[in-house]
Amino acid sequence: MSDTILVALDGSEGGKRALSVAVDHARLTESSLLLAYVIDWSPYSFHTPEELSERHSRRESEIQRANDSVLHPEASALADSGIQVDTVVRHGKIAETLVELSEEHNTSQIYIGKLGESRMRSMIFGSVTAALVQTSSVPVTVVP
Amino acid sequence: MLKSLINRIKQYFTKLKETKMRQILVTLGLMIVSLTNAHAGIDDAINSATAPIAELIGRIVFFKIPVFGAQLPVVVLWLVAGAVFFTFYMGFINLRGFKHAISLAKGDYADPNSKGEVSHFQALATAVSGTVGIGNIGGVAVAVTVGGPGATFWLIVAGFLGMSTKFVECTLGVKYRQEFKDGHVSGGPMYYLRKGFSDRGMEGFGKFMGTFYAIGIFIGALGIGNMFQSNQAYVQLNNVSGGALDGLGWLVGLVLAAVVFSVIVGGIKSIARVTEKIVPFMALFYCLFAIIVILMNVGTIPQVIINIINGAFTGEGVAGGALGAMIIGFQRAVFSNEAGIGSASIAHSAVKTDEPITEGVVSLLEPFIDTIVICTITALVIGTAQVAEPGFAGSAQGVAMTSAAFEREFSWFPIPLAFAALLFAFSTMISWSYYGLKGWTYMFGESVKGQNVYKIIFCAFVALGCVVQLGPILDISDALVFLICVPNILGLYFLAPIVKREMNSYFARVQSGEIKKYK
Repeated sequence: MSDTILVALDGSEGGKRALSVAVDHARLTESSLLLAYVIDWSPYSFHTPEELSERHSRRESEIQRANDSVLHPEASALADSGIQVDTVVRHGKIAETLVELSEEHNTSQIYIGKLGESRMRSMIFGSVTAALVQTSSVPVTVVP
Repeated sequence: MLKSLINRIKQYFTKLKETKMRQILVTLGLMIVSLTNAHAGIDDAINSATAPIAELIGRIVFFKIPVFGAQLPVVVLWLVAGAVFFTFYMGFINLRGFKHAISLAKGDYADPNSKGEVSHFQALATAVSGTVGIGNIGGVAVAVTVGGPGATFWLIVAGFLGMSTKFVECTLGVKYRQEFKDGHVSGGPMYYLRKGFSDRGMEGFGKFMGTFYAIGIFIGALGIGNMFQSNQAYVQLNNVSGGALDGLGWLVGLVLAAVVFSVIVGGIKSIARVTEKIVPFMALFYCLFAIIVILMNVGTIPQVIINIINGAFTGEGVAGGALGAMIIGFQRAVFSNEAGIGSASIAHSAVKTDEPITEGVVSLLEPFIDTIVICTITALVIGTAQVAEPGFAGSAQGVAMTSAAFEREFSWFPIPLAFAALLFAFSTMISWSYYGLKGWTYMFGESVKGQNVYKIIFCAFVALGCVVQLGPILDISDALVFLICVPNILGLYFLAPIVKREMNSYFARVQSGEIKKYK
């Protein structure tokens, strides 16, 4: 049975580097790839009534943008590589959602680019990468 | 966020340079300054002009029948009867559904695939910041002043019964919402009245009711969600500034109107977004300090409770006795939690769910938070002050009275309270500007030009609210609120069987495990 590797992409250079390492790995182990784009979102944030009424269409366009500008181009670039590639977009807290996706799709590993979060930001909100490493049930590779 | 705001403002001013707006603004500024010196009496003039109109509207809507020596406004009876009926008809859903409501709001039943859509919590939070307004701070003081301590008891009872009304209207709001081609949704009483009645084979009547409601909410948005809010915000500002703003209500009004204008017309959404984020914390801050004040005076609490219960059933010193206290309690409760007005169902209808009942259940929490929690602790703070020092507030009314009650323990409290009042007022005004707009677009369509006409009218009333005195404002606002209740509750009676059927089916499926928890 072939394994699946989850790769977290966000349109950044770090994400691209993580993908290229993951591709090498997938070739060697004949694994398939799941490219995931998580849109930071919380069900507990506050909005004006107007924002609520437009939320549904905004969500659709967010998903479309993630697909069009990041996931689909990357996936089609790998079309000839012989690796099986799937894509998924989901809203939620980034680390939490990646773990969720990894469990749902039964992936054997997670690849993520170093996010380049500022020290200040990490101190206040906690680092996404650190949270992922600590909560994931499968090995996580952080690509610098 | 701050950066983008500053950028926006910069862009705005560069635009100003290009046009001649700048000159106009300068002239306007000069005019304001000269007016300040010459006519501090502007307030009085507007006041005496509006008072008779308020009285007339009040007399028509508040048609009163004398019952046992009290004057019972028919519309209050109409609202209470509705709330009692829905409580019994839905088998005390306000008690039965409470636990489920919390678990829905926590997201226990949220499908992971619908992440990114409006959650139950978000719809609830938005609706709550629309209802938690000056009514919770000032309205309670009004109730206690006019209806005695006993009014508090009836206020709580009304909050409890109002939960059932809210349940019915918010369920219907989701069930009959309108989804437009571009994906945005509009819901609320005008839609459920029209579609619901037409489902029951009364198409013509449904159309009439929908339009009736739309007119009602448009006009009503100028009272409860507008003039009353800006009025009380001004009063508290004037209060903490030691009367420095006396006679300058029109100036404060203009500034407030300008800020509201910049958000709803200018589209500076960041201001609204920031407010939406601060309001819940302000509400927590307010409750926290209220509880501290109550704890500091814990010795007087038994006496306060005795006063409340006694007053509720004897109505000592209240015009109309116990019934008088009851009427006032109910009236102020509705004014605060908006159950029966239908406004909140506009905000709730944006939620993403296949089960309209779930949003109805979540909306139960709204009168609970607004009336049973926040209004009650305000009443207790005022109560302890009254027991310790009768007549502590002098002639202060509304927000000023609540402020005086807090001031007895924390001399600095009126300042943050003024800030909180201003924010509450502001967020309520933003929410209501949207509710009124939905009534407007229901009648006149979605044209941008038309919407702007409405928004300018709305801003004008914000300014007007700071000028008119509390008495006439309350009369007008009350009258307008009840004008909206008439078509809404009539519709709720007709559509309640539909809600009941869905409710029974939903809870049966929760019980059988067909509707499953994700968490």
